[in-house]
Amino acid sequence: MSGRDAATPTWLGLIPGVVLAALFLVPFGIMLAVSVALRDPSGSGFYTWGFELQSYARVFTFFVGRILFVSMTIAAGAAVISVALALPFTVILAQMSRRAQTVILVILLSVLSLSEVIIGFSVSTLLSQTAGVGNLLALLRITEQPRAYTPSLFALMTGLCYLTFPYSVLVLYPPVARLDPELVEASRTMGASPLRTFFGVTVPLLRAPILGALILVFVFALGSYLLPQVLGRPEHWTLSVHITDQAVYQSNLPFAAAMAVVLLLAALALVGLALLVARERRAA
Amino acid sequence: MHDLSLRGLTKRFGSVAAVDDLTLDIPGGKFICLLGPSGCGKTTLLRLVAGLEEPTAGRILVGGQDQTDTPTHRRNFGMVFQSLALFPHLSVGDNVAYPLAIRGTPRAQRRARAEELLALVQLPGMADRRVHQLSGGQRQRVAIARGLAIDPRLFLLDEPLSALDANLREHMQIELRQLQTRLGVTTVVVTHDQKEALTMADVVIVMDQGRVQQMGAPMEVYRNPANAFVAGFIGTSNLLPGRLLDTSTLDISGQRLALGPGDRVKCPPGPAILSVRPEDVRFGPDGLPAHVTFIRDLGESVQIILDHAGQEVTALFSPRERPEVAIGHAVTLTFAPGGCVVLAP
Repeated sequence: MSGRDAATPTWLGLIPGVVLAALFLVPFGIMLAVSVALRDPSGSGFYTWGFELQSYARVFTFFVGRILFVSMTIAAGAAVISVALALPFTVILAQMSRRAQTVILVILLSVLSLSEVIIGFSVSTLLSQTAGVGNLLALLRITEQPRAYTPSLFALMTGLCYLTFPYSVLVLYPPVARLDPELVEASRTMGASPLRTFFGVTVPLLRAPILGALILVFVFALGSYLLPQVLGRPEHWTLSVHITDQAVYQSNLPFAAAMAVVLLLAALALVGLALLVARERRAA
Repeated sequence: MHDLSLRGLTKRFGSVAAVDDLTLDIPGGKFICLLGPSGCGKTTLLRLVAGLEEPTAGRILVGGQDQTDTPTHRRNFGMVFQSLALFPHLSVGDNVAYPLAIRGTPRAQRRARAEELLALVQLPGMADRRVHQLSGGQRQRVAIARGLAIDPRLFLLDEPLSALDANLREHMQIELRQLQTRLGVTTVVVTHDQKEALTMADVVIVMDQGRVQQMGAPMEVYRNPANAFVAGFIGTSNLLPGRLLDTSTLDISGQRLALGPGDRVKCPPGPAILSVRPEDVRFGPDGLPAHVTFIRDLGESVQIILDHAGQEVTALFSPRERPEVAIGHAVTLTFAPGGCVVLAP
C-alpha cells in the first residue's frame, strides 16, 4: 500500500508498536537482568549487577512450584466460573430491548471503575461474621450461628469473579449480539430444546470468543495479588502475592524478578497451548 | 399428509395486527404458497405456525391436533429460513443429520439418512464438505434436505429462494415442486414473487394487511381475482375505473361496454373497477378509443402500451399476432370473451 493512497498513514501504526516496545520490552529486559543479579545482603542496595542463577534455583523448588500450581489453578478456576456465568448472562442480555441493554452495560462498565481494593474489602465485609450474609442466614434460620465465610477459597473466587465478570461480558457481548437469531430458531424447529440449542449451537458458534474471554480472565486473575491476601488463606496466596512479598518486604529483588519471569513464561505457555488446541479442533 | 387449520389466528405487535383473525383450512399433502407484498403478515403467519411467535388469539391445528401451546421443538415440522440458517460449525452431513442427532438416532443410521437426503436434493457425496465450501444453490439444497430429515408433518419455507439469482431460482422452483410431489409432504412456502407462487403451488393464499384476500388454485386466482388488490398483485392487470350500470353493461369514461357470458361481475351496480389481463386486450372495430404511447418488442412477446382517456392500458401480443401499429396511432380496444372481471373499487 502506498502512503499517498492510504487513508491512515502507515507510520501511525508504528507508534503503538514503539510505545509497547518501550513500556513492555524495556522493563522486561531490566527484570531479566535483575533476576540474574547478585543479591546484596548488606541492605544498603537491593542487588548489584552480575550474573548468577541462584534466584532461579530457588524458583525451581517444590515450594515455589506448588505456589505456581495453586496460582494457575485459582486463575483457571476463576476464568471458568466467570465465563460460565457471563455467557448465559450475555446471551439473555442480547435478547433484551436496546434500552435495557444500554442500562445494563452502563452498570457493568461502572463496576469496572471500582478498584480491586474496594471490591476486596467489600466482599470481605459482606462475608464476615459481624456483617452481611452470615447474619442474614442466621436470621432466616438457615444456619444456627452467624459465621464468617472469609478468608476462604469461596471468598477469593467470589472476589475474582466479581472483578472479572464485566470483562467477560464485554468480550462476549459483540459476537453474541452479532449471532444470527435464525440459527437458534432453526435449531428449535429441528427439535432441540432451548437448553440443547444453547449447548449445541450457541456455545460452539461462540467457541473463539469464549476462549478469548477465558484467556483474558485467566491472565487477569493470575496477576491479582490483593484479593488473595484480603479474601484467601495463606495457602491460596498466588505467586503474585509472593513476588510482592519478596520484592517489597524481603527486599529480595532478584528472587522476585526470577519468579515474575517464570510466572510470565508459564502463563504464556498456557495461553499458547490453549490457542493451539483451539486451532487443532477447528481444523479437525 | 396432515391438514393445517387456523381458527381465528391473530398476532398483534403493539396496536398493529400483523395477522388479523385468520380462519383457514389447508388440505394435507398440498403445496401452498403464502403470497403477498412485504409487511402483509405472511412471514408472521409462518412463524406462528412454526411456534416461533406466540399468537395473541386463535388456535393452530395440525392433523386435527391443537398445536397452539406446543413448543416449537415438539412440533416435528421442517423449516427452511430465508437466511438458510445452516450451522457453520457443522459439516454438510452433520447439518442434515442435526434433527436426527437431537432425536438420538445412532450415528451410522444418521449418516445413511443424510446421504440419502443429499442424494434426494442432488448433492450426493457432499456430506463431508464444509458449509462455506458450497455455492448458493447447493446451500439451498442442504437447507431443504435438513428440513426434510425427520419426515416432517409440515414443511415450512420462508422466502427460500430469494437469495438465488433469477435462472437458478426458476430451476429450484421446479425442483422444489417435483420434490414435494414425490414426498407428498404438506408444504407451506412464503413468497412475495407471484411467478414463484404460480409455478409451484397447488393452492395460493394471497395476503394483505394481515388478512387473506383470496385463496384458490393458481389459475383460478389469476383468471378470477376476488378483488382489485389480488388483480393488481397477481400478474399484470389493467385496472380501469368505471361504473356498472346493470349486470351486463359497464360505463368506462363515457363509453358503453357490453359484458359477455364468460365475464364475471363481482360487485353490485355502481362504481366499479374493470380488471383485464394484458393478453385479453385486443384491437377491434368497436370499443374503447385509445392511442399507442409505447411499443416494447420483448422477443417472445410484444407489449403495446396505450392511453385511454388518461388511463394506461397494456396489451400483450405474440410476435405472430403483432398488429400493424406505431406510436401515436389511434386504435379501439376490445376485450377477449371471458377476460373481463368487474370488481368493487
